[in-house]
Amino acid sequence: MVYALCFVLFVVGLYCALTKKNVVKIVIGLVIMEYGVNLFLVLLGYRREGIAPILDEKIGPLEFLARAVDPLPQALVVTSIVIGLGVTTLAIALCIRLYEKYGTFDITEIRRLKG
Amino acid sequence: MNGILFELLLPLLIAIPLGGAFLIALIARKVRVLADIFGNLATLAILIIAVMLFRERGVYSIGGWAPPLGISWVLDGLSNLMVVIIALVSFTATVFSTQYMEQYTAKYKYYSLFLLMVAGMNGVVLTGDMFNLFVFLEVASVASYALVAFGGRHEELEAAFKYLVLASIGSTLILFGIAFLYGATGYLNMGAIADAVSGAIASGQPSPLLVLAAVFFVVGFGVKAALVPFHPWLPDAHPSAPAPISAMLSGVLIKALGIYALARVFFNVLGMTPLLGWILIVVGALSMVVGVFLAVGQWDFKRLLAYHSISQMGYVILGIGLGGYVLAIGGNRQAATLAILGGVFHLANHSVFKSLLFLCSGSIEYRTGTRQLKEMGGLLEKMPVTRATCTIASLSIAGVPPFNGFWSKLIIVIAAFQAGFPWLAAITILVSFVTLLSFIKVLRYAFLGKLPDALKQIRESPALMALSLVILAVFCTGMGLILVPGFRQLILDPAVGALAQGVEYARGALAIAGGH
Repeated sequence: MVYALCFVLFVVGLYCALTKKNVVKIVIGLVIMEYGVNLFLVLLGYRREGIAPILDEKIGPLEFLARAVDPLPQALVVTSIVIGLGVTTLAIALCIRLYEKYGTFDITEIRRLKG
Repeated sequence: MNGILFELLLPLLIAIPLGGAFLIALIARKVRVLADIFGNLATLAILIIAVMLFRERGVYSIGGWAPPLGISWVLDGLSNLMVVIIALVSFTATVFSTQYMEQYTAKYKYYSLFLLMVAGMNGVVLTGDMFNLFVFLEVASVASYALVAFGGRHEELEAAFKYLVLASIGSTLILFGIAFLYGATGYLNMGAIADAVSGAIASGQPSPLLVLAAVFFVVGFGVKAALVPFHPWLPDAHPSAPAPISAMLSGVLIKALGIYALARVFFNVLGMTPLLGWILIVVGALSMVVGVFLAVGQWDFKRLLAYHSISQMGYVILGIGLGGYVLAIGGNRQAATLAILGGVFHLANHSVFKSLLFLCSGSIEYRTGTRQLKEMGGLLEKMPVTRATCTIASLSIAGVPPFNGFWSKLIIVIAAFQAGFPWLAAITILVSFVTLLSFIKVLRYAFLGKLPDALKQIRESPALMALSLVILAVFCTGMGLILVPGFRQLILDPAVGALAQGVEYARGALAIAGGH
């Protein structure tokens, strides 16, 4: 169920990125898509009533295995958020330059290249 | 070569460009010539290491963590070939850039981004870990978005934005696919995933997540490789970049990020199925036909070349997909390996002649200041080197013997007949003919005819630019020799073997590292 919601979030982002005319809204759509995926990734490792995946003396290894959440997706999500930050920054920088050149954020008016 | 030297050299393939990028950004800011020197030295070093490692096979575990726990870099036949191609094209592109990029300011930023892109591509072809693949894919992609926008003019910014949006959607789909794979198998190492997937299929209960992952990978890598339903960014992005970058993008980036990753994931990780083979065949044939017919009508030289890239990528995917299909239905194994051989060989050939063509277009643009074929003409005597190399590359891409493009297309045609798909062979030959027509147009308008008055004063391109053209032209002419039995076993067969072995291969790579 939660996974389906991630997918819905992803599709909302995709719809936004593909149909909006404002370049900034397109970038926002990309970010929403990315967060849909990130949420899905981190939920993969989630476990109800789980504990932080840090091994200490109080719990034995077996109990740890039975209760701790999966730490790997968390590491992946951190990496992917950082990558997403880089892409978003570049996209916004491009939007600013586009605005300087064309004086508009509307992609229907930013059309010098022929299809 | 002993193990220690291998462990030393393999990481350098990624460490040199990555370190070089930061070094150039840090210290070459003030002194322009340092950027040139470092950029060229770095690509030359990669080329030397790639050739030194050519016959090596092995696994390098990062930080000493054996797979499937840690991230591993795997050097096999296909990675070997890709690394050498990337190194060759990036070396000639940097040699070309030393003089070509004088037109732009901030050369150090250019070299810095260039080396980041090379690092990303080397990482993609070397890695044996799905998430690591995604990270390097993004490194290369982000560098290429910035490079497409490098000129900072109206069209370049627009093209870069279009490219960024579409390619980011592609990357996100790939990440989603990787998440599905992790959810279904619990591994990220390619070998371990392959093991788990084939185990699940054997037990008759493959997870539905795997199907979803395969769909997402087809679309995601399809966007990166600009296969036909997902191609609209390429004809804008590739011509907008500076010429050496166009050569890198068309020559190696779409191959490393698109075709290589697609082939690696489908052959070695998920395992080929007849349906996947069919999808690749259809997409490949579609790309070939659509790309070439869109190309014929173009008058912008670089845009025409970009459309041809789509069409030629169709050949590669067609060859690989046909091989995969025949392998998956358990058909004639010889025909299957021949088809894959054709695809892989065409991939290598295309990166040489397409980067040569883009560098030629850069050389013409450098002197004449235009990319429109109608504004050129009569360059025959003014630019003899460019004219000779451009003719060689045009004949190669059109598949005229004895140049390299002919041999790989011939192999694909023969394989299509052997595998029982004569209509595919017919399409291949037809597309090749249309390609020839469109390049006759290029040669006719650029080099023959009357010299416009505005261009009376032009000269041949500077020496270093001409040098890189000549290097690539020599490869165009000579690469047909790779098919001679001795060379073929040395260079192409290991690459084909890596794909044809399918999921068995990934297991082998794990065993070497002692993971199982």
